[in-house]
This record gives sequence, structure tokens and C-alpha cells, in this order.
Amino acid sequence: MMLKKMFGKVGGIYVFLLCSLTLSPVWALASEVSAASPVPVVDGADWWKWPVILLVVTFIMGIIAVLGGVGGGVLFVPIISGFFPFHLDFVRGTGLLVALSGALAAGPGLLKANLASLRLALPVALIASTMAIVGAMVGLALPTHIVQLCLGGTILGIVAIMLTAKKSEVPEVPQADNLSSALRICGIYTEASTNQEINWKVHRTPAGLFSFIIIGFMAGMFGLGAGWANVPVLNLMMGAPLKISVATSKFLLSITDTSAAWIYVNKGCVIPMMVVPSLIGIMLGSFVGVRLLKIAKPTFIRWMVIAILGFAGLKALHKGLTASGIL
Amino acid sequence: MSEHQITKEATQEQLLYANILEKGMLIGLIIMFITFALYVLGIVKPVIPLEQVSSYWAQPVHEYLEAINNNFLHMDHPPTGWAWVALIGKGDFLNFLPIAILSGVTIVCYLAIVPGLFARNDKAMGIITLATAVILSLAASGILAVGH
Repeated sequence: MMLKKMFGKVGGIYVFLLCSLTLSPVWALASEVSAASPVPVVDGADWWKWPVILLVVTFIMGIIAVLGGVGGGVLFVPIISGFFPFHLDFVRGTGLLVALSGALAAGPGLLKANLASLRLALPVALIASTMAIVGAMVGLALPTHIVQLCLGGTILGIVAIMLTAKKSEVPEVPQADNLSSALRICGIYTEASTNQEINWKVHRTPAGLFSFIIIGFMAGMFGLGAGWANVPVLNLMMGAPLKISVATSKFLLSITDTSAAWIYVNKGCVIPMMVVPSLIGIMLGSFVGVRLLKIAKPTFIRWMVIAILGFAGLKALHKGLTASGIL
Repeated sequence: MSEHQITKEATQEQLLYANILEKGMLIGLIIMFITFALYVLGIVKPVIPLEQVSSYWAQPVHEYLEAINNNFLHMDHPPTGWAWVALIGKGDFLNFLPIAILSGVTIVCYLAIVPGLFARNDKAMGIITLATAVILSLAASGILAVGH
């Protein structure tokens, strides 16, 4: 009975968070503002309103990101670009810094616990970070409405991946391939739940590395963290255990997003009044999210994240099509 | 051969990398809180007055840079690349310092582990690490920032 009550309460929080993110009158204001004028009409004395709204929304986003098992960047870019008056150039720059900060915060602990594998990450990072630079340069050179359209398509693609992708706790890897053997990409970790030592190795390394050409490019172009793509490739394609894949993916973002973030920073796509409230909001939200995780219903949250992303993806598509004059 | 033995514990390079990353991240975050407080509390005067920032963030980046240069900075070129260093005395540009630290700590981690990898005859990983450090440094240098 008590459990039921508790889940009821938690369910209520989720519904509130979902409504806050999608139905808030703030969005109506933001849409009106951006539709009426390219420059948002904010009274000079009220300059602090948007940063505070950003802080609150990113705080909620931080909670949902932890509970839904996704990175902050993948929620930040579509939602903030879809419903806030900020230009996509600044949203992507901030999104990369949001994803980067999350990865920097988690990276040291994951490396020390030997859950994130440096040997697995290093070759992947070389390819992903190079392509993230190319993606960032292409993304900044393309007209905004084209990037917006591609972003919408990508977000809907991520929704499809989240709906269909399977996971394997410890995939069967009959034999390590030549490349991973030469680079000695393997390891041992102790599964805490069973206290079992798991020897892991990877296969299909060339195909996996090839996938990171695309993943790195997309991360740089759209300012998204790429955990949604890293984990399936490391886990399902290359055969790394799920825990190693999730941890290495999180650490990997600290490298991939570093390269792309520098391109955006050097191009001037950083407005501190956007970046700092977003980072603080996401970080505080993540702390609260970790605490809520103990009583959370993962399936429900996953569906909620999919719904939010689907809505934000459609909004990005709509904005792109409207700006292109198609709608 | 014992140097290449697989163990449950993180390798020396992994621990070194983690320690530098942790320190850099903490330093960056602490400085970010301080510089942002100096900025929003008006202790350090910004280039763009706080009440006018919202008039600029809806524009594409090149228009934004042109506008702030024409309206406030009057420099020969809009402030891209490392131009923020010359403006570090201004509240808004001061906040680029922690952002550069957070974006730069990974390069330091990479450079720190390279000697150990070569010393342990781990040439392939050493070359991969060095190549990535060069690429990240190129991105940070501003040489690659083109477009529009």
C-alpha cells in the first residue's frame, strides 16, 4: 500500500515534469516572440527572466536525463532550440558544453572504477573527435533552416533507435578481431550484483570504428551528445558488456564534445548568460535525478523521454519546413 | 610481458588521466561560479550591458558578432577565436576562461599519458593518443574555425 502510494507520488512528479517541459505557457511566449520578431522583446529590467527560465527548465531536464538514461545534450538542443528564442548556433554551442560538462563530471569516477575503458575509448575517440570537428564546421556553414530540418530528422531517428534498440548485458564475443587484439582492447570487471568477474573483449572493431565517423559528425553538427548512438555500437556491434559500454560512452563524450566545442567557442557561439545557467541547471537536476533514481520506474521515464524527444523532433522539423517556405 | 597483463584495476595511464580530468573539471567549475557571479552581480562590467543581452541571442552568430562589434567593441574584426583573451577584463568575456579550462582539460590529459604509453612500448596506443592530442589542439587553436 505504501509502495503504491510512493509510486503514485513519483508518477505525479513525472507527469508534472512532462507537462512542465511540453505544455508550459513559456513555450507559447517563446514561439510568439520568435515568430513576431527575430529579436525577443524583453523589458530591459527583466533581462534575468530568460536565464532563470532556462535554469528551471534545464534543472527539470537534468532530472529527466538521469532517470531516462540519456545525456543532457540530446534533450537540451531539440527542446531549447524548439521552444526558446535563442538562435540555433548558440543552442548547439551551449548543448555541446552541457554534454561536455556532464561527461567531465562523470569521467574521472568511471575511469577510476575501471568501468570506462581508456583502451576502448582512445581509438574510437580519434575518429569521433576528428569527425565532430568536421560536423561542427559543416553545421556552422549550412543555412540554419537546413540544420533545423536535419536536426528534426535526427531526433526522430534517435526516437526510432530508442524504441527498437536492444541491449545485451554481456554479449557473446567468440573471438576478438585482429585489430582489437593488436590494440589489446579488453579488460576485466567485477559485476557488483553477482560478484562475478567478467573477462571482456570486442569484435567487429573496424565496423565499429567506421560507425563513429557518422556518430562524431552528427555530434558536432547538431551539438548533441552522442550516448544514444555510442552505447548500441559499443555494446551490440562491438560486443563490449553493457556497463562498460555505457561508462565508456559517457567518458567518450568528454573527448568528442571537446573537439566540437572548441569549434563553436572559436566561432563565438557562446553567450555566458545562456551557458552558465544551463550548466548549473543540468548539474543540479542530475544530482536530484540520481536521488530519485532509487524510487523511479525506468520504463515509464523511458517512454516519457521518447515522447518529449518525439515532440521536440517534430517541432524542429516544423520550424525547418516553415523557414524553408515549404509550410 | 607483465606490463601488458590484464587486471581488474585501472591502468596507470587510466588513473593519471582520471586524476587530471577530475582536477581540471573541479577548477573549471569553481572558476565558472566565481566569474559568473562577478558578471551578473555587476562587479565586473560587461561589454554587452546585462539588460541588452536578450536583444542579441536570437541572431545567427555572425550577425551577433558583427552587431556587438559595431555597437560596443569597435575592433578591426568581430571577436572570434582567442580574441576573448584581450577582453578578459570584461564581465561577459571573463566567463570564457572557465569554458576554455573545461574544454581544454582533455588535451592536458592526453598529453600527460603519451610518455607513459611509449615508455611501456605501447606504440600503437601512443601514436593514437598523440594524433588525437594534435587534432584537439588544432580545434582549440582556432585555425579550423571557418564557415558562414
